[in-house]
Amino acid sequence: MASSASNIPSPTGGARIELRGVGVTYAGGTTAVRDVDLDIAAGEFAVFLGPSGSGKSTLLRTINRLIEPTSGTVLIDGVDVRTLDAVTLRRGIGYVIQAVGLFAHLTIGTNVGVVPALLGWDRARIARRVDELLALVRLDPATYRDRYPRQLSGGEQQRAGVARALAAEPRVLLMDEPFGAVDAIVRASLQDEIRRIHRDLGTTIVFVTHDVDEALRLADRVVVIAGGEIAQADTPARVLAAPANETVRSLVGIDAESRGFAVARPLLDREPR
Amino acid sequence: MSYIFRHPDIVAVRFGEHLLLTFVSLAIALAIAFPLGVLAARRPRAGAITLGILNVIYTIPSLALLGILVAIFGLGTPTAIVALVAYAQMILVRNVAEGLRGVSPAALDAADGLGFTPFGRLVRVEIPLALPAIIGGIRIATVSLIGIATVAAWIDAGGLGALVFEGLHQDDPDKIVAGSLAAVVLALVADAVLRAAERWTAQAALSEVEG
Repeated sequence: MASSASNIPSPTGGARIELRGVGVTYAGGTTAVRDVDLDIAAGEFAVFLGPSGSGKSTLLRTINRLIEPTSGTVLIDGVDVRTLDAVTLRRGIGYVIQAVGLFAHLTIGTNVGVVPALLGWDRARIARRVDELLALVRLDPATYRDRYPRQLSGGEQQRAGVARALAAEPRVLLMDEPFGAVDAIVRASLQDEIRRIHRDLGTTIVFVTHDVDEALRLADRVVVIAGGEIAQADTPARVLAAPANETVRSLVGIDAESRGFAVARPLLDREPR
Repeated sequence: MSYIFRHPDIVAVRFGEHLLLTFVSLAIALAIAFPLGVLAARRPRAGAITLGILNVIYTIPSLALLGILVAIFGLGTPTAIVALVAYAQMILVRNVAEGLRGVSPAALDAADGLGFTPFGRLVRVEIPLALPAIIGGIRIATVSLIGIATVAAWIDAGGLGALVFEGLHQDDPDKIVAGSLAAVVLALVADAVLRAAERWTAQAALSEVEG
């Protein structure tokens, strides 16, 4: 579509994320996340993979402080996120959720420009940025800018959701089952887009899914989570070839061999890092 | 009917008083109902208690409530406004709270995650999305207040009810018809205008975003 070289955003790079002994226990006494240690490198595409209720979303949400850990520390580029104002922190981190959550009373353009508006960018700069982002997610700005969310298909809405999350050039992008509600064909094209965007921008992406194929397809590193703990954190190929334990083995499934093909293709397509 | 044509000036003055009485009451009622509605939406138990109390007030017959208030505040327009504000609370608080509770959790999660402040989220996301329900409440409250305001003439608050009461005392059905008809027209116009506003906002806000 209409994306000339001039309106492709420049790489913003990614931030390093460190989870140090992170635990989340709810007031009722249920423990969702237990003593998690994990380093996510700057520019890495990390995928949290686990069944529902495994604590993967909870862990993700400690990074932008939508959930406060009851123990341990989250550091972004070495800074303890608790020392930052939560609102300021979140404006610097992209956030995409399965239900998209576009604001139904606002146009796509206004939705995409909402974080820059919160940050007080001037109107012209926001307008430029919105067009740039719509082009980035392959929604023609002239066509989609003034539409309302209800006028878009599910896949188009999630493209707009991704554009909105990237608006203020975040160095970290959190994605919570972002493609879980769209059909398989649309999901595959969205997966291609997010890989391309990741390659172009170098943003650190933390992506939550329960879909094994999706995890293997997207991840630089798959972080398998079960029972609130990390069962294995390794490259897709190694998770398939050498599951760390029975939990991982049963999750990636008995058809690991056929899954190998799912991994091989994007691995071959991928540019050297 | 002929009274309207013989004394359009008098009817116009009463009409103006009625309009003023209704809208001043409505404005004050909204100023009180908004924070109460937000509270009711955020804290279900406090909300249930608040609505319970407001519901009791709502069920007091208007003449009885006016009688009680006259005993406290005396005759006149301010007393009528207190009564109208009290009546409107139940409808307004209920609709503000229901509207806010109906906002999609996805929009709230997104708003939090993108870095809206709690107040920013309320003003720029929740209230706009709850607007159809809120305007629906304003519509019902307005139509009710226009009706109840006719009774307020009984405590010297003026308005179209004054024509009706004068007509009753003077045995002048023309005057009664003039007052009643004008009140009905006012209510119908207010209903139509607010219904249009409700539809217009609903088009934007109520279309739930499908995943």
